[in-house]
Amino acid sequence: MTYHIGSSAPRSEDPALLRGQCQFLDDLNLPNQLHVAFLRSDYAHAHITKLDVSRAKALRGVHAIITMDDIHHFTGHKRMPLSASPTKATAPITPYLLSGYEVAFVGEAIAMVVAESRHCAEDAIDLIDIHYEMLDVSLNADQSIRDDAPRVRREASSNVLNRLKVNYGDIDKAFSEAAHILSEHIYQHRGCGHPMETRGVIAEPTRDGKLNVWSSTQMPHDVHQSILEVLRLDDDALRVITPEVGGGFGPKYCVYPEELVIPIAACMLKKTLKWVEDRREHCLTAVQERDQFWTLDIAIDAEGHIRGIRGHLVHDQGAYALKAVNLPYNSATAIPGPYIVPALNIDVVIAFTNKVPASSVRGAGYPQAAFAMERLMDKIAHHLGVDRAEIRQRNLIPKEKMPYTKPLKARSGAPITYDSGDYIDAQRRVLKAANWDTFKQRQHDALKQGRYIGIGLANAVKGTGRGPYESGTVRVNPSGMISIYTGAASMGQGIKTTLAQICAERLNVSLDKIKVWSGDTLTAPLGLGGFASRQLVTAGNTVNMAAEQVAQKAKKLASVMLEASVEDLELRDGTVAVRGSDLSVSLAELARILRGAPGYSFPEGLDPSLQSDVKWQTEALAYSNTCHVAEVEVDIELCKVSLIKYTALQDMGVRVNPMIVEGQIVGGIVHGIGNALFEKMIYNDDGQPLTTTFADYLLPTAPEVPEISTLYMETPSPLNPLGVKGVGEVGTIPVTAAVISAIEDALSPLNISITETPILPERLFTLINDARMSSHHHIRT
Amino acid sequence: MKSASFDYHRPQNINDALTLLQMPDYRIIAGGQSLVPMMNFRLVAVRGLVDLNDISELSAIQIDKNIITFGAMVRQRQIERHEDVIKNAPIFGEAIREIGHRQTRNRGTIGGSLCQLDPSAELPLLCLLHDGIITVQSLKRTHNIKVADFIRGAMDPQLDEGDIVTHIRIKTWPRYHGYAFMEYARRAGDFAIGSAGCLITLTPHQTIDEIAVCIGGLSDVPQRLHHSETLIKGQKINETIIDNIARSIDDLGGHPTVQASVAFKKQITKTLLKRVIIRAYDRALDQEMHHEKNN
Amino acid sequence: MKKTIKLTVNGQIYECTVEPRVSLADCIRHHLGLTGTHVGCEHGVCGVCTILFDGASVRSCLLYAVQAEGHDIQTIEGVAHDPDTLDEIQQCFRDNHALQCGFCTPGMIMTVKEILSEGQKLSEHDIRDALSGNICRCTGYQPIVQAVMDLMARNERKAG
Repeated sequence: MTYHIGSSAPRSEDPALLRGQCQFLDDLNLPNQLHVAFLRSDYAHAHITKLDVSRAKALRGVHAIITMDDIHHFTGHKRMPLSASPTKATAPITPYLLSGYEVAFVGEAIAMVVAESRHCAEDAIDLIDIHYEMLDVSLNADQSIRDDAPRVRREASSNVLNRLKVNYGDIDKAFSEAAHILSEHIYQHRGCGHPMETRGVIAEPTRDGKLNVWSSTQMPHDVHQSILEVLRLDDDALRVITPEVGGGFGPKYCVYPEELVIPIAACMLKKTLKWVEDRREHCLTAVQERDQFWTLDIAIDAEGHIRGIRGHLVHDQGAYALKAVNLPYNSATAIPGPYIVPALNIDVVIAFTNKVPASSVRGAGYPQAAFAMERLMDKIAHHLGVDRAEIRQRNLIPKEKMPYTKPLKARSGAPITYDSGDYIDAQRRVLKAANWDTFKQRQHDALKQGRYIGIGLANAVKGTGRGPYESGTVRVNPSGMISIYTGAASMGQGIKTTLAQICAERLNVSLDKIKVWSGDTLTAPLGLGGFASRQLVTAGNTVNMAAEQVAQKAKKLASVMLEASVEDLELRDGTVAVRGSDLSVSLAELARILRGAPGYSFPEGLDPSLQSDVKWQTEALAYSNTCHVAEVEVDIELCKVSLIKYTALQDMGVRVNPMIVEGQIVGGIVHGIGNALFEKMIYNDDGQPLTTTFADYLLPTAPEVPEISTLYMETPSPLNPLGVKGVGEVGTIPVTAAVISAIEDALSPLNISITETPILPERLFTLINDARMSSHHHIRT
Repeated sequence: MKSASFDYHRPQNINDALTLLQMPDYRIIAGGQSLVPMMNFRLVAVRGLVDLNDISELSAIQIDKNIITFGAMVRQRQIERHEDVIKNAPIFGEAIREIGHRQTRNRGTIGGSLCQLDPSAELPLLCLLHDGIITVQSLKRTHNIKVADFIRGAMDPQLDEGDIVTHIRIKTWPRYHGYAFMEYARRAGDFAIGSAGCLITLTPHQTIDEIAVCIGGLSDVPQRLHHSETLIKGQKINETIIDNIARSIDDLGGHPTVQASVAFKKQITKTLLKRVIIRAYDRALDQEMHHEKNN
Repeated sequence: MKKTIKLTVNGQIYECTVEPRVSLADCIRHHLGLTGTHVGCEHGVCGVCTILFDGASVRSCLLYAVQAEGHDIQTIEGVAHDPDTLDEIQQCFRDNHALQCGFCTPGMIMTVKEILSEGQKLSEHDIRDALSGNICRCTGYQPIVQAVMDLMARNERKAG
C-alpha cells in the first residue's frame, strides 16, 4: 500500500520505540568507557578562592579530574565559541568551557570528574575541597539594567548585553492622532523545555586519530562545527551522531560546554567518555526561557483599529549567551502577529542576570509576543465595550491583502512577508466550533449558581521554514530499497515518516521500501538541524525535489530500456512503466544499471547512481496561523483554575501526515497550558533555584488537560512546491494568551485584570482578595 | 544523582531488624518513595539500609469489631483495595486515592508515611481523625503511643534510635457514619497545600452526636480541631456554625511554603473545612435515610 | 560491598553483581542490558522508569536492585511475544499516535498494562487519573487516553 501526502501513515519510528529497542544516548555503552560527572557551582555569583581536587583524585576508581587550566593548556581555549552568527555585545558573552575563577549562576560547571562509574564520579565530587567568596547577585532583569545594580559578571563592564530597536512606520503620528491610547505593563515568564530525555554526550577517540561524538542534540552540525573550533582535528576526522533523541523542545538547540569539554577530555585522556545529564542538572543548566518585562502603549482609532504600538521590553538573558540572542528580537518583531499594525516602536534591552543562560524553548519568544498583543486586544475590547472577537476581526489582516508585506524588515534586510492565510475565516470557524456566541448566557447562568466560568480567545502566526537551506539525498539502491539522508534532526516529531511519505508520493513506492537516516554528519555533512519549526518545509522540500529528480532520471533511463518516450512513462508501484501497458522496469533494476559495470558505458546524458543530492534553498518564511479558544472555571475560594474545554484551529498549509500534525498541535497546546498555569522557575533572594525537581517544577499531567478539539485549514504556502508550513511550535504560541484571557473573563464580576503569565494560585488569591475587599463584593459561595 | 554507598540488609523478622538498627546511621527502608529520592540527592547520610519488606508480620490488615489494625508495612494500595477497610473506614477510600500516584501507592506503606510525617500527608491526618494508636517496638520494649503524641512535628515522629513502628490501630466509627475528605493540590497526586477530613454521626434528631474534624497542610503537622468539635456537638449543621468553625482557623498558626502564603493556606483550609463538614453531614443524613429504609 | 543477586526479569533469570546502591533501573539497563526501561528523573516523579514488580507498577529508580531479588519483574522487553511483533497495547498505541519521541513510552505501557489487568471499565476522567504518575512532554496525553479507552472497550467486547 502506498501512503501519499495527506494520509495518516503509521510512523516508521514506532515499532522499535514501542518495544524499547531504540538506542537513546544512555542506552549506548561503548567498550572501556569511563563516566563523567561535573562539580557545579553552589552559588549564583562567587569567586572560587580555593579548588583542591587531591582527595577526590585519590579515590579509587577516579581516573582524572579536569579543570579550566587543563582545558586551556590542551586547546588554548577557555570559552565557548559563539556558534551562530555574531551579535554585537559589550563583553564576552559565551560561557567558559569550565569555570576557573568567577561563577555566575548556580550550576555553572567548574570541574569534570572522570571515573569508573557515575556513582564513583559523584563520590569524588563530594571529596573536592572548594571555597567560594560570595559576590552580590543581580536576579531581576528589570533591576539588573540599572546603573546601581551589582554586576552579574565582574569581567563584564555592564549588565546590558545589548540594546536594540524594532521599529517601522510613523509612530509619533500614530499616537498624536489616536482616538484612544491604552497602556499596559506585562510580566511574562516561560520556563524550561524538559524533554523527558535529558542531555548527554559520548566521545570516543579512535586509535586512528578519529573522534566519534554522540550527543542528544537537535543540532549535530552545530556541535560538529563547535568542536572543530576548539579541538585541533581534521575536519573529516570528526563525526557527530545523534542517537535516538527523546524530545528536544529547545534545550537541545544550543551547543553547551559539556558538548565540547567531553570531547576535549576524551582526546586528552585518549579514553571514551560518557556523560548523562541528570534531571537536577537539567533544571540547573539546560537553557530556559525566563522573564520578560514589557511596557506597552497602543494607539487606536475610534473603532478600535490599531494605529501604532510602542514600548519597552527587558529580556532576562541569564549570565551568558550560548547562541546569538534571538528571543527578544523574535518577541519584539512578532508583536503585530496576524494584525495590521501600521507603526511599531519597541526598545529592547537584553539584560544579564545571575541565572542559567536563556535560549529557545518551544515557541522561542513568539508566545510572549502573542500574549502581549492579545492582552492589548482584550484591553481595547473592554475599553470600547466591543466583543473581544469583533475587535480582533477588525484588525486581522484580511486574506485579500495576502501576500502581506510587513513594513518591518528582517535582520538580513529582507522584507517580512506573510505568504498566505485566511485569518478572519480561521477565527470565525473556531468561534463557531467553540460556541463563542452562546457563552455569555452560559456564563450568566453559571454565575447564578455561584460558579465562575470564562472564555478566552487568541490569534497568532509563526514564521516557519527558516533557511537558508537543508540538505538531502534520495538514492534508490540496487536492492530496491530507497535511502534518504537528511541534514534534519529527529527528536520525536516523526520527521522520518514524513520525509518518507513525500518520497513515496514522488516515486510511487510503498513506505516500507524507504529508510531515512538523519542526524549524522557522516551521512549528511551539511545541514542546519531542528529548530524554529523549519524541517518540514526545508528538509521536506529538499526530499521532494530530490525524489522528483530521481523520478526524472529513472524515467530517462527507462525510456532507453523500454524504448518509449519519457512522456509516456509513469512511476508505478516501484517501477517505471509505460502508461496503459504492463511494460515496465523496476527501480531496483534501474539502480543496478546505474551502479555501473567495468567496460559498459551509461546511456547518453546519464551519470552514475539513481540518486539526487539537493540543498533546497529558501529565504522567506512560510507563516502558519492559529486561533485558539479556551474555556475555564475558577474556584474563587480555592483560587484554582480548571480547564474545561480547548478549541484550536491551525493552518499550516498542506498536511503531509495529519496524524503527526495533530500530535504536534495537541502536545504543543499542553506545553502552553504548562506555561499558563504551572511552569515557573522560582529563585530565592540569593539566586538559588528552588524548583529543581519535578516535584517543584510542575509539568502538566494527564488529569490537568481538558478536552482539546482541533480544526484545520490548509492554505498552501506559495513559497515552496509542497505548499507546507511548519508545525512544531504553532500549537504552543497562543495558549497562554487564550487561557489568561479566559481566567480574566471568568473573574469579570470582580473586575480583575491579569497581565502576567504564568498565573499561579497564590497570585490569583491576591488578585481575587484585593478585588473583593476593594469592592466589598458579596459573593455567594 | 546516584546514592552514596551503604550496606544492605534484608532481615526476615522483627528481632533481626531491631538488632541491625543498633548500628550507627542505619535506617529502615519501607516503601522507599520518600527515602530513596533523598538518598539519590545525597540529602541523607545512610551507612546501612535495613529493608523491612520481607517481614510478613508487618504486612497484615486485621479487622476486629471496632478496630482495624494495620501492619506498618501495609501498602497504601492494599488499603485502597481492601473491601472491609473501605466498608468500616470509608474515608480511607476517599483519601488514599489522593496520595501520590498508583506507582507510589504500590510501594508506599502506612508505617512509612507515619514515620515520614510530611506536613501535608494524608495518612497521619486520617489516623489522627480516628484516634489511632501506634505500636512501637525496640530491643528494650514494646509500647503504644497515641498518634497525637507520636506527631511531634514535621518529619519528626516521637521515636528513639532503634525503634520500629510495627502496627497502627484505629477505632472505627459506627457503620453508617458520615465522612468526607478533601484536599487541594496543584496537580493530581501532588503534596496537598491544604486538606480537611471529617467524621460525623447523628442523633435521631439529626443533630451532631459525634464529630471529628482534622485539617492538614496549614501548619507543619495535621491538627485535630477539638475545640470546634466540642462547640458543634449537639447542634444541627447550619451556615452560621460552619462559618464559626471556619473562622477559628484564623487563630491558628501557619507554615508558609513556596506554593502558598499563610493567608492563602488559611483560606484554602477554611474552604475545605466547610465543604467537608457539609459533605460529611449530608452523607450521614443519606446513610440514615438508607439505613431506616432498610429497617 | 558488591552483592551477587539473581533477578527474574520477563520470566528469565539473570545473575549480576552490583553494589547495593545501584538502582533497579540502572541494573536492568546497564547490567542486564535491557535498555528499554528509561530513566527520566531519578527522584520518583516522572514515571519514565515504570516497570511491573510482582504485577504492580512501580518506579524502578526508587528500588535498589538488591531489593528485587525474589520478585517478578516485567519490563517493556517482555510485553510483545517476540522481538518482531507488537502486542495489543503497543499496536493500539501505534494506531492512536500515542507516542512521539518514545522516551516515556515503555513506562507508560507498563502502567497501562497494570490498569488493564485490573479489569475495570474506567471513565475518561478515571483513566487520566490512573495515568497521573506518568509524564509525557510530547503527546499532550490525549492519544494515550484514547488508546486506553480503545483497549478497555475491546476488552469489554471480548468479555461480553
